[in-house]
Amino acid sequence: MTDYTKQIHRCFRCGYCKFPSDYSDFNCPSYARFRFDTYSTSGRLWLIYAWLKGEIEWSEHLAEILYSCTACKNCVEQCPMKFSSDIVDWIVAARSDMMEKEKGRIPPAVTSFLEDVYRLGNPLKERGKRDAWADGIKRYQPGDEYLFYVGCLGSYDEYGQRMARSVARLLGEAGISFGILGNEENCCGNEVYLLGENELFGMLVEKNVQKFKELGVKKIVTLSPHAYNAIKNNYPPVSNAYFEVYHYTQLLRGLLRENKIKPSQYKAKVTYHDPCFLGRYNQIYDEPREILQSIPGIELVEMERSRENSFCCGGGSGNFVTDLLGGSKESPSRIRVREAYETGANILAVACPSCMTMLQDAVKVEELEDKLAVKDISQIAAESL
Amino acid sequence: MLELNFDPAKCAVCETQDCLVKCQYLHLDKNKARTEMQKIIDGEDSFVLRDCVTCYACEEYCKMGNHPFYLIVERQEEKGILPAPRPIATMWVNQTGPRGRFTVGKVQERALSFCFIPQFLFMVTGKLFDGIASSYIYGEEFFCNAVFLHYAKMSVIKDRLPKVIENIKNLGIKELICLHDECYGTFNSLAPAYGMEVPFKTTHYFEYLYNRLKELKDEIKPLNVKVAYQRPCSNRLSPQTQHFVDDIFNLIGVHRVKREYVGENALCCAEVIRMGQGYKIADDVQKRNLDDMVNAGAEYCVFNCPFCQLNIGEKVAKRGIKPIHIIDLCKMAIGEKLASEV
Amino acid sequence: MTDIYKSLVEIIGEEHVSNQKEERYFYGRDPGLTPPHEPDYVVMPETSEEVQQIVKLANREKIPIVPKGGGLALTGLVIPQKGGIVIDMKRMAKILEVNETSRYVIVEGGVTHGMLQNYLKKHHPKLRHSIPDSPAIATVVGNAVIHGQGRLTQQYGFNSDMVSGLEVVLPTGEICRIGSHSISSQDWFSKGAPWPDLSGLFLGWFGTTGIITKLGLRLYPCKKIRDVMVFLTDKIELVPDIILKLTHTEMTEDIVVNEQPLPPRFKGNIYILIIITGDSDEELDFKRKIIWDALWDLFESRDGGFLSVPADMKPPLLEMPSRDVVRFADVRKGGGFEYSGPIIPLEKYPEFIAKQKELVSKYNLSYAATSRVIAGGHCMMYAFAFTFNRADPDEMDRIRKALREAAQFTVAQGGMMWKPTIEEQEMIMEKMDPNTLKIMKKIKALLDPNGIMNPGNWEAQ
Repeated sequence: MTDYTKQIHRCFRCGYCKFPSDYSDFNCPSYARFRFDTYSTSGRLWLIYAWLKGEIEWSEHLAEILYSCTACKNCVEQCPMKFSSDIVDWIVAARSDMMEKEKGRIPPAVTSFLEDVYRLGNPLKERGKRDAWADGIKRYQPGDEYLFYVGCLGSYDEYGQRMARSVARLLGEAGISFGILGNEENCCGNEVYLLGENELFGMLVEKNVQKFKELGVKKIVTLSPHAYNAIKNNYPPVSNAYFEVYHYTQLLRGLLRENKIKPSQYKAKVTYHDPCFLGRYNQIYDEPREILQSIPGIELVEMERSRENSFCCGGGSGNFVTDLLGGSKESPSRIRVREAYETGANILAVACPSCMTMLQDAVKVEELEDKLAVKDISQIAAESL
Repeated sequence: MLELNFDPAKCAVCETQDCLVKCQYLHLDKNKARTEMQKIIDGEDSFVLRDCVTCYACEEYCKMGNHPFYLIVERQEEKGILPAPRPIATMWVNQTGPRGRFTVGKVQERALSFCFIPQFLFMVTGKLFDGIASSYIYGEEFFCNAVFLHYAKMSVIKDRLPKVIENIKNLGIKELICLHDECYGTFNSLAPAYGMEVPFKTTHYFEYLYNRLKELKDEIKPLNVKVAYQRPCSNRLSPQTQHFVDDIFNLIGVHRVKREYVGENALCCAEVIRMGQGYKIADDVQKRNLDDMVNAGAEYCVFNCPFCQLNIGEKVAKRGIKPIHIIDLCKMAIGEKLASEV
Repeated sequence: MTDIYKSLVEIIGEEHVSNQKEERYFYGRDPGLTPPHEPDYVVMPETSEEVQQIVKLANREKIPIVPKGGGLALTGLVIPQKGGIVIDMKRMAKILEVNETSRYVIVEGGVTHGMLQNYLKKHHPKLRHSIPDSPAIATVVGNAVIHGQGRLTQQYGFNSDMVSGLEVVLPTGEICRIGSHSISSQDWFSKGAPWPDLSGLFLGWFGTTGIITKLGLRLYPCKKIRDVMVFLTDKIELVPDIILKLTHTEMTEDIVVNEQPLPPRFKGNIYILIIITGDSDEELDFKRKIIWDALWDLFESRDGGFLSVPADMKPPLLEMPSRDVVRFADVRKGGGFEYSGPIIPLEKYPEFIAKQKELVSKYNLSYAATSRVIAGGHCMMYAFAFTFNRADPDEMDRIRKALREAAQFTVAQGGMMWKPTIEEQEMIMEKMDPNTLKIMKKIKALLDPNGIMNPGNWEAQ
């Protein structure tokens, strides 16, 4: 990790981190929620620097401010400075330091998240079998082309499971050779990494990589962009092992182009929400759109804030469990759902089980259930077959 | 002390005085040309020194290889005649001064020169540059410095160019593929004109592209488009490379439209002229140049020099012609994404 | 004894009141060099009525109040010198109305320049406002209150000259309407003229006479195309004349004059950025020719010339707001930037540049000298801008000294310090005509009898 202690004072608190490129609205999820400047990236960076200098002491409020960042990277995208690409890394590094130095004093919801991952292998407090959803889906055998990495939400969350089933169905339809790890799958660790728990992250990487190697896995396709990001970007520096990793939308786009999947008419007006870990983290913006546009009958409309300006659903950095940004009409997921509704779309398409769960809940709270359906791209594609 | 290889005897026996007679801006007859040239040779004042737009063309026109343009530049500097505003020259001197830091890739014996043009950092991708893309040199330490011909600062060239050649040599480069046309002209015309030895082979990127396209013949899909070619001022220093333009076009199925302003009669992009002589002359040159492209039915304007493209690409596009660099045109022919699309 | 925290929560709700160390720390500082002073509370009201109640409470309890927008003046104007309540206005973010015929917009006190620009582009593309180069989070009201300048200042004056009406909460809690809409609740087309211009009681006072909760702002024609011309000269003494010639053409939007030693391409020259706008290429071509002709003498003498700006270099020059401005804060890799930006007559430009170079040499500093022409050249803003490393106390100290000397120089030259620090305010008041100073004192005492409004500022002795 970068040595943030020597760099973090460079923030000028200019505030560009609060906005998207066109300044249409506030684009930092925690700032949009709480509106004190302290909850924006510049606030966090100045407070971390103050903590390092001993000008402020650790407190519950400081912890809350630090962990309410979803690591969506809007600030990385917008910061005009040369160090912009490092900003979220600095916050993660500071969290890591804080875990060590302020043990026991991080937000209880975060502690609970990490403990559950450690003890149960998932942050959702689920004790049941990880593959209970996966009737009839093949377990990965050496020689299979792809390991389909499902993840915690895909395994345990009701909406995530539906997504996992539709991806499996599509892969099956296209004749792709794949399998899942089932009960042998472990949490990918993306949120653990972002929350700064390095030791636990290291353990998860080791376990997962060992399993992959045992089975001779070369190619991995993930349900979640979080897992995609972790395995692609954060595993190699720790494990030195390299796997070809794809998000399912990358494969699905190829399958459609090669006519291995033949969707039929699906009349809908759809708007697509770019997930942070596909979009800003990995510059995957076109594949999901191409998938939607290749399904006959779909009219794709864009939200005002899309692609690199997408407004985070508020689920990142474990917030889909810890919910540090909930409880207000200014919660990011509710803001996003209202924005989607304004496009006139009747489907809000997602490509991430974390976005799915956040936005599904928000649609209910906003009382838009009859007007706006939240569906994963794989579900739309599967339904169109 | 570097001295120009200029031989007054050659001018004395020259029958055509093409250098000044063919000049597209001064319109001199043979007698006037002879008189003015003699003044220049003798170090006297001549209106040519003041009115020269620094288009480099007389270097090409001179059939004696006697470097009339370099002589003009020498005389301008001696007499303190400024072909462009002094602050603009200052800007160039400061902007391109060596900084003691090298920006290089994994340099091999065969290397690409990006000169001082950042566009090449993004353009050099794909099959055309397989195996060589990372072997590059870029920046002030490798800058050809020929731009100072526009600012009557031959002294800066004489001071910096030997060090640039030394820098390239010290990297162990045996063949330098010049992506900037002006670098090639510098090493093959300007340096020898001053007796500067160039201890490495130089290849014009046209030649490189042509040979590479031949290797990729099976991947070429003829483009079947009509193009106009924008010849840069610097190519006047290496007119022997012009045939590669047609060679490449023929290979990739591109039809070059019939133009008035072509070859020796080509018009430069004129932005240097704007900075030195003002908007009236520049606007006139650009209008004639672009009208010519439009009247000839060009769909694309193919650029050799990225500066020309930055300077007039927008104007070209406004006239309904698509601006494209020749490297990107070649990429199109083998079905690859252009730098701007990536 | 009143529980202030509880009272504030009753007014605006717990979510928008903080007495926590973290908010107090952050809101007690700005990115410049002013030493910190922490407030006791930070609040974020959403309506004028909430602001009014806070002010009434503060009056009753004699607690200082500091209204804050973006906090980007960099001269410590929203650092609460005596603690109290900082009112972060940015939740009052509604754009209330755009009148296309009379060309004005009415905004709430916390609307940011970025959002206003976006809103106009989307809904009223033929209209624009004078956006400053401070970051997009700067508020329209905050910028007007400090007499900021923007892209239309060369044509139309200070951004405060473009105000067309105010709603103000007085320090004693009344809500006042200032301008044409003081008699008609709908029309905000004038801030005062042809009557006694009461807006002068609030603009430039840094919140010491009241809190602006709504502001009318003139809008101007937005042409379809913007382009930039860059004129270079290496003779500083020619700059006033160049500006006179340029402004005589009446063909230009913004004119900004830059001088800086780095990066190397800038060394030794003055760069004059000239923005032109038009609805067609023909209009722009015409303007370019007029501007070229205006400076032809300098071009012929080779003392100056127009740089052909390649297409890829234009966007950063045309960007609104210009992000390059904040990048200056990272030149020393330290996130620090403060400047003294006196308003001076054109003919003093060479002296001010000379002074800047003297200070840079004396204190060993990194600098940029930026100047913006105001109102056709009636004056200009000259910025003694310095960048520093926040982790280098010695460097910060040297810049404080340099800025102090710059301020003393400005006063001696008869320049007007813009958004002056408290120390600079004292220098100004010391030199001011005593009768003029008396009026300022009287106004403050009348409007703010309990001295609760941003205390420490404009406090005449």
